[in-house]
Amino acid sequence: MSNVITDTFDWLADPAHWAGAAGVPARLAEHLQYTGLVMLIATAIAIPIGLYVGHTGRGRVAVVALAGALRALPTLGLLTLFVLLAGIGLMPPIWALVILTVPPLLAGTYAGISSVDRNVVDAARAMGMTELQVLFRAEFPNALPVMFGGFRTGVLQVIATVSVVAYINLGGLGRYLFDGLVLSDFPQMLGGSLLIAGLAIAVDLVLALFQRLFLSPGASSQSNRSRQAAVDLTDPVTAEAVVKGGMS
Amino acid sequence: MKESRPRALGRRAFGGLAAGVGLALALSACGGSSNPLSSAPATGGASTGSGGALVVGSADFPESQIMAEVYAGALNAAGVTASTKPNIGSREVYFKAVQDGSVDVIPDYSGNLLLHVNKDATEVSAEDIAKALPAKLPDGLAVLDASKAEDKDAMVVTKATAEKYQLKSIEDLAKVCSEIVVGAPATFAERAYGLPGLKKNYNCVPKKLEPFSDGGGPLTLKALLSDQVQVADIFTTTPSIADNDLVVLEDPKNNFIAQQVLPLYNKAKMTDKAKDALNAVSRILTTDDLINLNRAVSGTQKQNPKDAAAAWLKDKGLAK
Amino acid sequence: MDWFLANSGQVFTLAGQHLALAVLPMVFGLLISIPLAQVARQSKALRSVVVTASSLLYTIPSLALFIILPTIIGTRILDPLNVVVALTIYAVALLVRAALDAFDSVDEDLRQAAVAMGFKPVARFLQIDLPLSLPVMFAGLRVVSVSNISLVSVAALLGIGNLGMLFTSGLQRDFVTEVVVGIIAILILALLMDAVLVLLERLLTPWTRAGAAPGAVAARPHAGSGASPEKTGPAAAAMRLSDAQAGGGGA
Repeated sequence: MSNVITDTFDWLADPAHWAGAAGVPARLAEHLQYTGLVMLIATAIAIPIGLYVGHTGRGRVAVVALAGALRALPTLGLLTLFVLLAGIGLMPPIWALVILTVPPLLAGTYAGISSVDRNVVDAARAMGMTELQVLFRAEFPNALPVMFGGFRTGVLQVIATVSVVAYINLGGLGRYLFDGLVLSDFPQMLGGSLLIAGLAIAVDLVLALFQRLFLSPGASSQSNRSRQAAVDLTDPVTAEAVVKGGMS
Repeated sequence: MKESRPRALGRRAFGGLAAGVGLALALSACGGSSNPLSSAPATGGASTGSGGALVVGSADFPESQIMAEVYAGALNAAGVTASTKPNIGSREVYFKAVQDGSVDVIPDYSGNLLLHVNKDATEVSAEDIAKALPAKLPDGLAVLDASKAEDKDAMVVTKATAEKYQLKSIEDLAKVCSEIVVGAPATFAERAYGLPGLKKNYNCVPKKLEPFSDGGGPLTLKALLSDQVQVADIFTTTPSIADNDLVVLEDPKNNFIAQQVLPLYNKAKMTDKAKDALNAVSRILTTDDLINLNRAVSGTQKQNPKDAAAAWLKDKGLAK
Repeated sequence: MDWFLANSGQVFTLAGQHLALAVLPMVFGLLISIPLAQVARQSKALRSVVVTASSLLYTIPSLALFIILPTIIGTRILDPLNVVVALTIYAVALLVRAALDAFDSVDEDLRQAAVAMGFKPVARFLQIDLPLSLPVMFAGLRVVSVSNISLVSVAALLGIGNLGMLFTSGLQRDFVTEVVVGIIAILILALLMDAVLVLLERLLTPWTRAGAAPGAVAARPHAGSGASPEKTGPAAAAMRLSDAQAGGGGA
């Protein structure tokens, strides 16, 4: 066991594994590219629907049921199905991941909007705002922290699941898992896993930082209620607060 | 609710929880008894005595799964209880599974098996490989008689590509190698007949290797037909070669050495009776049989590997 | 449909294997995370260690965990035990946080009342904390159930029998029907498991239907996502949990 660990570090340290099309930087770039693409499409789908459902309350049951059902979809199955139906290439696997990413984003958006204090909404209406103004000037800014929490969760999920597209001949860090698997090369697999886990943690830290810097100051207390799968590791207090969030 | 004392409430609820856990355990136990959790320990030479049920494994492509079913069917027909464990993975993975007793028998291919245990093997003919193989296998492992059936990896191109570059053999390919993208299993990067072999034997270093996980199946074929890859590593017994008018490039330097189908086994649980049953299969199995079996399973019929195997065994009089 | 009828035996066998591989880790995960959560509650530092560690565990891709475990725990590579252990790790990662939230959801006044009535710590835990935290625990369990059932299919890449085999085989044979049957079977399995959990929860927490007890909201994690901010602890906890599926689990 111990030599697997040291072999893994040797694998990671080997400069040959950091150059060329199969090198870590190239795989990392692919991984981020797929993640970005999936998030872009999924956000474009989920946010408008989430805003609509959150604001009007219409279709609430349908969205909740659909989101629940979609969660049970097996990634591998969906990926295989899309590739068999639509062929190889970049987009079929990406669409499969989009379908898996929309539910948490949708739930986050919808939960964000409906978590806005009703008094704020009523006040906005009393001020004579139109429904669209209510949505974008009152509800949206107040919902942002919770929505962003959903987005963070989504990003982490995609970073992990994007690894699977390597099963269908795409690149990304998952390549190391599948190539390592068929070659029975543990260090390569373990190295790849560490890179994926490291990437997830790093991206989450960046997003946490972004959240702290750019979302309204009042957000920090509310963000406790947001649904982060990973915890801001730099700050045990945040970790504590996330758990405490359940107590509200 | 208000009157109910916490004590009573708690007791009922906790009893229920215990029952729930019990139910869940029972549920899982009845799911498991039919397979994974019980079959695994049973395969261990240590946990059950020798001469017990045999587990026939298979690699991660359909032909191997069919052959595993053929072996298991023949064993069962001969009175040796056998089950299958399909889709284990590549040779790098399943070889270890045979070694550690996770499976007892697996269909393999003589040449690639030899190269797996001896990277520097120079044998190319079926006879030489069959002679060299037994001595190179690690302790505890052995092979039975090889069949006449052969299934090699081959460099395959579309007719259009063959005409465009004037390709007949891999030697021709070598001239345009740097423009060529190869589609193959990821193992092709390291196997002796893969990129290292192409370089050594033909001085051919392709522009890129596109890895596919379907064992020369539909994805590899789609990539080849759509010219996403120009050359694909497809097994010679794959029906899609004939169906799509593909060209198998000749291999004058014997980069792809002879590959006879034969059983690789772990000696711990193998009996003479089982050996006879497997040798009986190898005596009559031909390359055409492999192609037909592949067609039944992967072609339009989509027959279950087990059913296809059973039909073949019945047809050959090896099972009822 | 014809294919399913012709191969229903095989599909049912795979479904049985699938179910076993998904349910066992849930049970083990539950048995491990409840005491772990109790220990973690003892101090803030301990708690943040446990929470952070559980988040970290969740970033490990499942395929990698399936493969690496044999080297670490000394099992054989095709041993379904690897999958059980790997999924137990994910289940613990999720459930320990659910358990923390669940115990937090128990009204402190109730605890004090129990102490005043002379309950010993163990008796108080078994008869007050545990039963009253069930609604939130179940919300967590339901998330684990869905996530496990979906994750098990990845183990098919390693030749460990389950419904995921229909995906690998379907891909190799260019056979869409087989893949679709696999997806539908997994969805049905997830629904069934969810129904069993809901039923189990109803049996175990009869008091939640008696009135407006806090647990009632948490009973529906997905519905919980829509809970307005005034909703009580369990709702928020359930809402957060319902998304905890993110992370390595997915791969």
